[in-house]
Amino acid sequence: MKLAPKYLPLAATVSLFLLMAALGSLRYTGFFSAQVFANLLIDNAFLCVVAVGMTFVILSGGIDLSVGSMIALTTMVSAWLVQKHQWSVVAVVPTVLLMGTAFGAVMGLLIQRFRLQPFIVTLAGMFLARGLCYVISIDSISITDAALSEMRVPIGGDASLSLSALLALVVVVLAMFVAHCTQFGRTVYAIGGNENSAVLMGLPVRATLVGVYTLSGFCSTLAGVVFTFYTLSGYGLHAVGLELDAIAAVVIGGTLLSGGIGYVAGTLIGVLMLGIIQTLITFDGSLSSWWTKIIIGALLFVFCLLQRVFEARRGPAS
Amino acid sequence: MSAILPSPRLAALKQHRLLWPLVTLLILLAINATFNPNFLHLAWREGHLYGSLIDILNRAAPLMLVALGMTLVIATRGIDISVGATVAIAAALVAWMIGGKLVMTDGVSTYVSRFPMSLAIIAALAVALLCGAWNGLLVARVGMQPIIATLILMVAGRGIAQLITGGQIITIYYAPFFFVGNGHLFGLPFALFIAVAVFIALQLVTTRTALGLFIQAVGINPSAAHGAGVPARRITVWVYAFCGFCAGAAGLIVASNVKSADGNNAGQLLELDAILAVTLGGTALTGGQFSLAGSVIGALIIQTLTYGIYSLGVPPEINLVVKAIVVFVVMLMQSPEFRRSVQQLARRAPSGATR
Repeated sequence: MKLAPKYLPLAATVSLFLLMAALGSLRYTGFFSAQVFANLLIDNAFLCVVAVGMTFVILSGGIDLSVGSMIALTTMVSAWLVQKHQWSVVAVVPTVLLMGTAFGAVMGLLIQRFRLQPFIVTLAGMFLARGLCYVISIDSISITDAALSEMRVPIGGDASLSLSALLALVVVVLAMFVAHCTQFGRTVYAIGGNENSAVLMGLPVRATLVGVYTLSGFCSTLAGVVFTFYTLSGYGLHAVGLELDAIAAVVIGGTLLSGGIGYVAGTLIGVLMLGIIQTLITFDGSLSSWWTKIIIGALLFVFCLLQRVFEARRGPAS
Repeated sequence: MSAILPSPRLAALKQHRLLWPLVTLLILLAINATFNPNFLHLAWREGHLYGSLIDILNRAAPLMLVALGMTLVIATRGIDISVGATVAIAAALVAWMIGGKLVMTDGVSTYVSRFPMSLAIIAALAVALLCGAWNGLLVARVGMQPIIATLILMVAGRGIAQLITGGQIITIYYAPFFFVGNGHLFGLPFALFIAVAVFIALQLVTTRTALGLFIQAVGINPSAAHGAGVPARRITVWVYAFCGFCAGAAGLIVASNVKSADGNNAGQLLELDAILAVTLGGTALTGGQFSLAGSVIGALIIQTLTYGIYSLGVPPEINLVVKAIVVFVVMLMQSPEFRRSVQQLARRAPSGATR
């Protein structure tokens, strides 16, 4: 059986992940357990949700730098509404989701309608969201109601998944469906491939471009909700630099940054890869935390290089 | 558009690229001066000029340097988001190499640096140059998208800076080094001289030689530039290397100013401020035409804005929100689509009223 070349980056990611898992299991006792691997997802559930939204943006050939601040804003608004205004969680979650979706939609409109660069628009969005956090409160607001974060779902054996991890999995599955089985998803791929061709084919390019950023806004607030339950607090300095992790996860997951090629499933592996690097460093104990950044940087380099080789092999046609 | 203008000279002035950045800066200065009567006041004390304006110039120096480097990168249709990390690396390296130990000689305690200061400064600048060259090679030779190529260093760079400092904040005790960020020359802050020297050198090189034209050519169409005999790849590598160098110089100033180096926080969000300064100065992110003077003005706008926010007693938290709004406004002003739709609206409104 020969692997189609378009699966090559994904295959590289999966095999590297398996290699790292094997390495960890051989070197460190207690590494090879279901709970360690379940924790990869539990601790990175919010990153996974954000990265899924980012995958669509990058597939369309854009970028969204505002996701980290959107998470911070979500935690802040949620904590503020719950603690200071005694809203119930049932009311807060839809409110913040609506807020984030609208935020994303406005950025998408600016990018699409006025042909502005996604990089700059979402950069301004990042400033704005981060600034709004501080307008609400400079200090961290903690949430005292801890019912939801404690809930665990057994997945066989002694291992269990948190509600947020399950949510992340549901988001991944839904996103896979949207990417491959709906007109929206196919249009995103078409825009990333060649926007002009997509327009000429009569695809709804404008609506889809706005939709991509709307989706990313929704995903980042959903991640913010997960993050709020995970940390039980709202703080303006939450998730600083998370947008880089999300982009890194998407790239390591085999999505081409030029747009048009990539898989949501790959992004899940990319997130788990970032998680396993951190876990390996924690298990090792002798390596300092900053090695995580250096290794992620090195991985990014390797994968971008791989992508270039892959693009070059695709032929000089492009 | 030009029909309503009274004279061709005014038209030329209105078309000038530096007009809007300058107007923005003047408005900000005017606002500051109105709310703060002492704002424009300059005093001569202890052989130095003191005053809010000098303060703004001094604090804007690192941003100016980074923005100058960034201008050239953006002119080649690139972007460098790793400058903040480069600042952190340069600051960490110079702080580690200088450090400073208390040594008792003949009953007099003096601080001694680990390596000679000149060596430390040269090493930090060289490493920053290498960081930039690495970015440039990834962009020009490997063919990566600039934002991704520099993303790699942005992520790894912070780690490297923390590796150098051992994850801690290194304090510098060696007094001669403080001159870089806090010293004065001819009554003016020394950091300002560094920024101005780089600006003048760049201005000369880009206007008196063909280099400026080459850089524009690369930004407008790299392959056409290559075809026309412009060494596009070499220029790209050097432009990124220079941007790294500027970030390194900024790192020296920052480290000297706060007398320490923090691998995690030095130069945080500086890349965004620098890009903002360049955009405010009228250099389009799509490459091609660039304005070094515009970027300097852009850096001053940002610093004046920050200064104003602090001195007006507005909570500093609003700073980011104001910045965001400024970016949105500037972006929209630069967008031809936006101007066209505003013009359409303006045209439609009166005709709709008469009907």
